Amino acid sequence: MKNVKNAKGFWGSIVLVIIFTVVTQFLINGGTLNSFYVNTLFSIGINIILAASLHLIIGITGQFSIGHAGFLAVGAYASAIVTMKLGLPFPLAIIAGGIAAAIAGLIIGIPTLRLKGDYLAIATLGFGEIVRIVFLNIDYVGGASGMTVSHLTTWPWLLACVVITIVVIVNFTNSTHGRACISIRENEIAADAMGINTTFYKVIAFVIGAFFAGVAGALHAHNFYIIQPTNFSFLKSFDILILVVIGGLGSMSGAVIAAILLTIISTFLSNYPEVRMVIYSLVLIVMMLFRPQGLLGTKEITSFLKIGKSAKGGVQHDSKNTVA
Amino acid sequence: MEQLIQQLVNGISLGSIYALIALGYTMVYGIVKLINFAHGDVVMVGAFIGFYSITILDLGFFPALLISMASCAIFGVLIERIAYKPLRNATRIAALITAIGVSLFIEYGTIYVRGAQPEAYPDNIVPLKSLEISGVKISGQSILILVISISLMILLQFIVHKTKIGKAMRAVSYDMDAARLMGINVNNTISATFAIGSALAGAAGVILGMYYTKIDPLMGITPGIKAFVAAVLGGIGIIPGAMTGGLLLGVIESLVSAAGGSLWRDAVAFVVLILILIFRPAGLFGKNVREKV
Repeated sequence: MKNVKNAKGFWGSIVLVIIFTVVTQFLINGGTLNSFYVNTLFSIGINIILAASLHLIIGITGQFSIGHAGFLAVGAYASAIVTMKLGLPFPLAIIAGGIAAAIAGLIIGIPTLRLKGDYLAIATLGFGEIVRIVFLNIDYVGGASGMTVSHLTTWPWLLACVVITIVVIVNFTNSTHGRACISIRENEIAADAMGINTTFYKVIAFVIGAFFAGVAGALHAHNFYIIQPTNFSFLKSFDILILVVIGGLGSMSGAVIAAILLTIISTFLSNYPEVRMVIYSLVLIVMMLFRPQGLLGTKEITSFLKIGKSAKGGVQHDSKNTVA
Repeated sequence: MEQLIQQLVNGISLGSIYALIALGYTMVYGIVKLINFAHGDVVMVGAFIGFYSITILDLGFFPALLISMASCAIFGVLIERIAYKPLRNATRIAALITAIGVSLFIEYGTIYVRGAQPEAYPDNIVPLKSLEISGVKISGQSILILVISISLMILLQFIVHKTKIGKAMRAVSYDMDAARLMGINVNNTISATFAIGSALAGAAGVILGMYYTKIDPLMGITPGIKAFVAAVLGGIGIIPGAMTGGLLLGVIESLVSAAGGSLWRDAVAFVVLILILIFRPAGLFGKNVREKV
C-alpha cells in the first residue's frame, strides 16, 4: 500500500515536471522569457546536477572531495569530442561525457579514497588540477585557447537530465547501498565492523557522483559555445562545494535550493565578480561559525511538510548535524 | 652537465621558498590539525606589503622584508583569532571549509580593494653579483634566496628548541589537554604558532615576488598548494620534514622543466602528492600511527 502511495507521488511529480517543461519551452519559444532569463534557467539546471552529484559524495558518503570541477572538465571535453570531432548526436555525447567522467572517478577514486578528511580533500584538489593541466597540454582539444562547441543543449534535454539525476541519487540514497554510504559518513570504523565493504561503497558513490558531474559537463559544454581549461580551475570546484555546504551537508533538497538561489544571486552579481566572491567567502565563513550544518542540515524539505515523518536520506536525530 | 647543475641550483632556491611556506603549514597542522588554506594568501599579502614598502615607502630590501614579516605575523594572528579560534572544537570539515572561505576572502578582498592588475616587482633592489664556479653560473638572486631561507630556518629551529614558547608549542602539539593542565596558555601558544608561520610566509612572499618578478592577488594559490604538498612529502607536522620536502619538490620541478616539460611543471607537484599519499601517507619523515577506535 505504501509503495503504491509513494509511486503515485513519484508519477505525480513526473507529470508536474513534464507540464513545467512544456510551459517553459512554450515561454522560451514565444519569446516571453528573454535570453537573460533563459541563460539563468540553464545555469540553474546545470548547477542543480552538479550540486546533487557532489551531495552524494560529500553529504551522503561523507567523503570530502574538492576536485569536482575535474569531473566536470572530463565530461565537457569528452562530450565535445563526441559531437564536434566525431560528429555523433548530442544524446550520445551526454552519455559519453558521463561515462568518461565515471571512468576518471574510478581511476582516481580507488587509490585516493583510502585517504581520510583533509588528505582526501587535498588529493582530489590535486586531481582536479592535474585534469586541467592535462587538457591544457593536449593540442587535439585546443590547448589553452580551448574548443568551440556548437549550442546543442535544449531545455527538455536539460530538464530530463536534472530529473534523472535527482531520481537516481534519491533512490540510491534510500536503497540498501545508500544506507551503507550513510553509515560510512556517520562512522567509518563502525560501518566496517558491521560488515559493510566501505571501500566498495565509497568508490561506488564517487563514481556515480562523477558520472553526473560528467553529464553536467556535457550540458555545460554545449551551452556555453566554448570550453577552456581555465573554466575548470579549482575555483569552479569551490563554487560547487559552496552549493552543497550552504544547502546542508546531507540534504538533497537543500543542495537543490542552494543551487537555485546562488545561481540567481551570482547572475545578478555577474558584473561584479569580486564582490560575488567576497560575499560567497563571507557567507561560507559565517555559515561555518554559526550554522555549520548548512541551511537544512541533513533534513529534507519534505520533512517540513509531513510533520511527524522522519527525514529521508539523513540521520534521524539532530545531535550530530555535520559530516565527518 | 653544467646545465644540470644550473637547474639543480635553480631548484634548490625555488625549493627553499617552498620550504619557508611549508613550515607555516606544517607548524599549524602540527598544533591544531588544520590545513590552513589561507596560508598561501598570507604569502601574497606579504609580497604586496614588501612591494609597497619598497616602492611607496622607498625602503631597502631588508627593512621591507622585516616589515612584511611583522605585518604578516599580525595578520596571521588576526585570521586565527577571528576565523579559526571559534571553531577549535568543531568538526575538521567545518574548519577546512572555513579555511577555504578565509582564503577566498583574502584573495577577492585584495582584488576588490586594489584591483586584479599585476605589479612588476622592483628589480635590483639589492646589488647582486653572480658567482661563477667552474663554468656553472649561480645568480646572486639564488644565493640571496638561499641565505635568507636558511637563516630563517635556523632561527626557527632555535625558537622551537631553545625558547620557552617553542617548548610550549611542542607541548601543545604533543597533547593539547595535558599541556593545558600543566599551566600552558594554549590559546597564546597557538597564536604564537600562527604568528611565526605567517612571518615566514611574509618573508617567502617578498622572496617569491623577487623570484617571479611579478605579483598579483591570486599569486599565493599555486605556491601555497605546492608548499602544502612539500609539507605532506616531508611528513606533515614535522619541521625538518617540511624543509626537506620543500627542497625536494623544488628540485623535482626544476628537473622536470629542464627535461622539456615546462608546461607540465605545475602537475608534477600533484602527481608527487598523490603518489606519496598512496604509498607513504605519513610522509618521508613520519611514523605510521595506528588508529585507535
